[in-house]
Amino acid sequence: MTEQSPLWEVFVRARRGLSHTHVGSLHAPDAELALRNARDLYTRRQEGVSIWVVPAGAITASSPDEKDAFFDPAADKVYRHPTFYEVPDGVAHL
Amino acid sequence: MDRYAALGGIHLRGVIQVTGLRRSAAFTGSGQPVTEGVAGFLLHPLVSSVESCNTGLMYGNDFSAPDDAPGGGLLGEVEAAEVALREAAARARRGGPAPEEDLEAYFVDVIDADQKIEPRDWMPEAYRKTLIRQIAQHAHSEIIGMQPEGNWISRAPSLKRKAILLAKVQDEAGHGLYLYAAAETLGISRDELVELLLNGRQKYSSIFNYPTLTWADVGAIGWLVDGAAIVNQVPLCRCSYGPYARAMIRVCKEESFHQRQGYEILHTLAHGTPGQKAMAQDAVDRWWYPSLAMFGPPDGDSTHSAQSMAWKIKRFSNDELRQRFVDMCVQQAEILGLTLPDPDLRWNDDRRAYDYTQPDYDELMQVIKGNGPCNRQRMEHRRRAHADGAWVREAAAAYAAKRAEQKEKVAA
Ligand SMILES: [Fe+2]
Ligand SMILES: [Fe+2]
Repeated sequence: MTEQSPLWEVFVRARRGLSHTHVGSLHAPDAELALRNARDLYTRRQEGVSIWVVPAGAITASSPDEKDAFFDPAADKVYRHPTFYEVPDGVAHL
Repeated sequence: MDRYAALGGIHLRGVIQVTGLRRSAAFTGSGQPVTEGVAGFLLHPLVSSVESCNTGLMYGNDFSAPDDAPGGGLLGEVEAAEVALREAAARARRGGPAPEEDLEAYFVDVIDADQKIEPRDWMPEAYRKTLIRQIAQHAHSEIIGMQPEGNWISRAPSLKRKAILLAKVQDEAGHGLYLYAAAETLGISRDELVELLLNGRQKYSSIFNYPTLTWADVGAIGWLVDGAAIVNQVPLCRCSYGPYARAMIRVCKEESFHQRQGYEILHTLAHGTPGQKAMAQDAVDRWWYPSLAMFGPPDGDSTHSAQSMAWKIKRFSNDELRQRFVDMCVQQAEILGLTLPDPDLRWNDDRRAYDYTQPDYDELMQVIKGNGPCNRQRMEHRRRAHADGAWVREAAAAYAAKRAEQKEKVAA
């Protein structure tokens, strides 16, 4: 048996003007075949105008169950949102 | 027609409104198109099933407002599941569990809140194992399921039918691949999964161990087998495991074409010569009970159900889904002009559902054990196809390795 071919993550841009969105993954020996397989697997019904394939091993992910709260630093900075600020009555275009 | 009162004018209105939108242009060519009113009905459930399966609460107004929901019925449910998935994501708790929080409590919390468990979340080992078993079996079914219909690709009665059947069988391969990819997120490799199928340690749906004797069987499979699969799979779009739920949404959207092409084949045959009609009836007679058996053993004998329900992997019991399927098929059979092979099939006004004869569960057990008409043939074919494809996989790997080497040389 040959060694299992690597895993690729597939991102598809549905239409011009939209960003690429993760749609799933697949196995392929190289990037070119990954792209062709992705076309056959994820865009059989014209679901996309552009495809990215990324070796799954090349992705570094944050862990959702990390006990040290990775996203905590953003939690207490409400002043980053416009709703934090009081706008005096009568001000336009702000 | 008054015994179809449960179907309600609501659905009729919905159908009339949506058929024009949803009928594939491909079917307007040669051959007899599906009657306008029928096409929209195919994925439409009974209103009564909304009440009897407690889906009323879960799905809110999805059924009762077909006028502003072009994708009513089961397709509407798929869309609703997709919306629910997005909504659940929008109200998701920020980040993971709190530092002092118990991981198991967090897991239960996420499930209780109807949110999704994702691959890197902590999960009970039994949850992981149950999902691997279920998703793998599902993937294997899609792959083995290509064989009965693949049998007729070379003998399809027209180029149009051949192209459609090819596209359908290719879809099933795609479904298998989406599902294998979902199973792999749980920490099992593709090679292991393939091996588990080839050495018989994991099963696939028993339905594919029945033979396709005539062209009408291709129609009966699309209508009944894909139809039963859809009824089974639509609730899985709301499964608590994110990758499985997302794969199922994709699959269900594609399945609707499968069911319709099957129904169209039967409709054409049933309105053809007496011989063609008899062939269609014979196919329905043979596929009806095996299709009912697809929902698994009756609730009393079902081993995995309670825990899967608690984990929100499964949303309805086998018997609930089977009933739902029967209720949908009765009216569809009538429009085909074919009879379902059950003399005891009749509307029960108290239950607001059809009484029907149960499939032979001893036969189901026998087929699961490997004694169905085609078990051996299906497995042999799969093993041979896998072995015959080995040189392609090897060649592609060798080519990839050679190109990687050349790139390195150029870079050096
Ligand atoms: Fe499928
Ligand atoms: Fe299908």
